[in-house]
Amino acid sequence: MKFITNTLKEAKIMDNQMAQNLPLTEPRSNSNTMRIVPQWFGNENGVKHPFWVIVQKEISDHVRSWRFIILIAIIALTCIGSMYTALANIGHAMKASDVQNSFFFLKLFTVSDGTMPSFFVFISFLGPLLGISLGFDAINSEHNRGTLSRVLAQPIHRDYLINAKFTGALFVISVMFFALGFLVMGLGLITIGIPPTAEEFWRIVFFILLSIFYVAFWLNLSILFSVRFRQPATAALAGIAIWLFLTVFYPLIVSLIMKALAPSQMEMASPLQMLHLDELRITLMRILPNQLFSDATTTLLMPTVRSLGPLTMEQVYGTIPGPLPLGQSLLIVWPQVTGLVAATITCFVLSYVSFMKKEIRSR
Amino acid sequence: MSDTIIELVNLTKMYESFTAVNHLNLTIRKGEIFGLLGPNGAGKSTTILMMLGLTDPTTGSVHVCGINSTSNPVEVKRRVGYLPEDVGFYDNRSGFENLMYTARLNSIPDKEAAQRAEQLLIKVGLGDALKKKTGKYSRGMRQRLGLADVLIKNPEVIILDEPTSGVDPKGVREFLELIVELSRDEGLTVLFASHNLHQVQQVCDRVGIFVNGRLLGEGNIHTLAQQLFKDHPYVVEATLAQNASDGKVSNYTVDWMKHVLQPIEGIKTISLNNDVFQIESSRNATAEIAKAIVESGVTLNYLNKKEYGLDEIYYQYFEGGENHG
Repeated sequence: MKFITNTLKEAKIMDNQMAQNLPLTEPRSNSNTMRIVPQWFGNENGVKHPFWVIVQKEISDHVRSWRFIILIAIIALTCIGSMYTALANIGHAMKASDVQNSFFFLKLFTVSDGTMPSFFVFISFLGPLLGISLGFDAINSEHNRGTLSRVLAQPIHRDYLINAKFTGALFVISVMFFALGFLVMGLGLITIGIPPTAEEFWRIVFFILLSIFYVAFWLNLSILFSVRFRQPATAALAGIAIWLFLTVFYPLIVSLIMKALAPSQMEMASPLQMLHLDELRITLMRILPNQLFSDATTTLLMPTVRSLGPLTMEQVYGTIPGPLPLGQSLLIVWPQVTGLVAATITCFVLSYVSFMKKEIRSR
Repeated sequence: MSDTIIELVNLTKMYESFTAVNHLNLTIRKGEIFGLLGPNGAGKSTTILMMLGLTDPTTGSVHVCGINSTSNPVEVKRRVGYLPEDVGFYDNRSGFENLMYTARLNSIPDKEAAQRAEQLLIKVGLGDALKKKTGKYSRGMRQRLGLADVLIKNPEVIILDEPTSGVDPKGVREFLELIVELSRDEGLTVLFASHNLHQVQQVCDRVGIFVNGRLLGEGNIHTLAQQLFKDHPYVVEATLAQNASDGKVSNYTVDWMKHVLQPIEGIKTISLNNDVFQIESSRNATAEIAKAIVESGVTLNYLNKKEYGLDEIYYQYFEGGENHG
C-alpha cells in the first residue's frame, strides 16, 4: 500500500516536473508560453476552440445584419397571416363526428380558406429564400473584403471556416424555426384554448426539424455557389434561378413528359399501365427537394395520410379509416427525409471540396 | 552565425504550364529584416502562400521555424504573422473587435487579448480609433491595424506582403519605422515583400531580387552591387567649367578629353552627353583622372565616381530577368 502511494507520489512529481519543463522546451524567445489549443468545447479559462469562435462570430453577424432582420420580418408577417386565416377557419374544420378532431391542434398549421396559404406552405415557399439569403455570400464576400486570407493565416484548419459558416447559419435557422413554431403553438393555445396532445407536440417538433433540413439544403446550395462564384450577386442569382427552376419549370416539364407518355383516349390503357405512369410521375417529381418536403410535411401534419403513392383498392380494402400513429407516419416519410439529407450532404461535400482546393489569394 | 528561421529548398510552383516559382532556394536568419524585391507577378505572393501552407508547392520544401509548412500549416501559422496585400477587416466591427477576433482564433484568453489589443492599437497609433468601425478607417489606418493584427498572436516571424501600397509617404515612413523598431526591440524576423525598392533599401538588412519566379541575387545591397557589376567598368562623371574668356569652349570634346587622359592606364571609353563626360575605366582611376584634368588647365566643376544603388541593381536585374525569361 505504501509502495503504491509512493509511486503515485512520484508519478505526480514527475507530472509536475514535466509540466514545469514544458515551457522550457519551447523554442520561443518571448515570455509568453505556448498556447495549447483548447478542447473541442473550450477549456475552463473561457477559451473557446477556434471553430466555435468562428461559429459565434457568424451567428452574431447574421443576427446583426439587415438582411436577417428583413427576412425575419417577412417570415413573422406570413406567420401571423397564416395564423389568422387558420384561426378564422378552424371552426369550419371542426366537425363533431370527425375522427380527425383528435388532431385538432395540427390544423393550426394546415388549415386555410384558400385566400392565404397555410403555415407549412409558407415555409416551403420561404424556406429556400431564407437558405439562399443566408449563404450566398458566405465565402465570396470574405474574399472580396480581403478578410479570407487574413483569417486563414491564423492557426486554424481551412475547413473550420466553411464548416463554421454552415453551422452558424444552421444554428440561426434552427433557433428561428423553433421559436416561430412554438410561438404559433402558444398563440393557438391561447386563442382556441385546447392544449396539444403529446403526439401532436412531437409531430410539430418533427415538422420543424424537417423544415430545418429543408432550409439546410438551400443553405448548402447557396454556400456552394458562394465558393464557385466571385460575385455575391451572381451566387444569389444562381441560387434563385435554381429555386425558380425547381418550383416553376420542373413541374411543367414533368407534366409535359407525362402528357407525351399518356395513352390517348381512344386506346384502352390497362390499370397496370396507368399505375406505372403515375409511379413514373411521382418518381420524377421526387427529385425536387420541395416535393420531398411537402410530401413529408403533409404526412406529418395530417395523420390521416397513409401513403404518398397511389393505392389500389385491394390495398385499401378492409382498412379502418383513422389516423396513423406517429411512428408509422415517420416510417412513411423516412425516404423523403433521407433524400433531403442526402441532397444537403451532397451540396455540402461539393462546396467543401471546391473550397479546400481553392487557392486563397488576397482579393 | 545566427539560426535559420525560414528555409526554402528547391521550391517550385507550377500552374499548369506556367511556372510561378522556379527552383527557389532561400534561407532567412532569425532576427533579420529580409526584403523580397520583385516586380508585380514575380511570384512573391505565391512564395509567401507556400510558406504559410495556404498553397502546396509542386516540388521542394518549405520549413518555417523548423516546421514543414506543407504538412503542418497550423503550427507554422501559430508562429507566423501574415499581413496580406490589401488587407481587409470586418467593416461593421471596430478595430478592437477585429483584433479580439484574431486573438480568439489564436486561443488567447479574452482578458490577456483585450490588454494586448489595446496596447498594440496604441503602439501602431490607433489609440483614438479603438472603437471606430473599420469601415471608416483610411487606407493607412487599415494597414496599421493590419500590423497590430499580425502582432497580436505574438509571432516569431512576420511576413508583410506589399504593406505600403496605397499609403501616403508620411504613413509609409511611420510604418517602416515601426517595423524596424519591432524587429530591433522584439527580435522579430521580418520578411518584407515589395516592389518598391526604396522602401526595401530603407529597412532591410538583406535583399533578395526575385524575377519571373527565380531568385536572381541575394545579399545586402553592397554585395548585390558587387555581384552584379563585377564585370562592369568603373564610371566617373565629370563636368568642366565653361570658361568663355579662355576661348577653349569648343575644345571640350571627346577627342580633347581622350588626349588629356591618354597617360592614364585602363581608360576604356569616353562619352559626352549634356556637357557631362562619362569616363569608363577598368580600374578605379578617379584620382588620376581628376589630376589629369586639373593639370590640363581647365577648371573641374564636378567629378563623381558612380555608386550603384538599388535602382541600378533593380533595373539591371529586371532587364536581365526579362532577357532570360
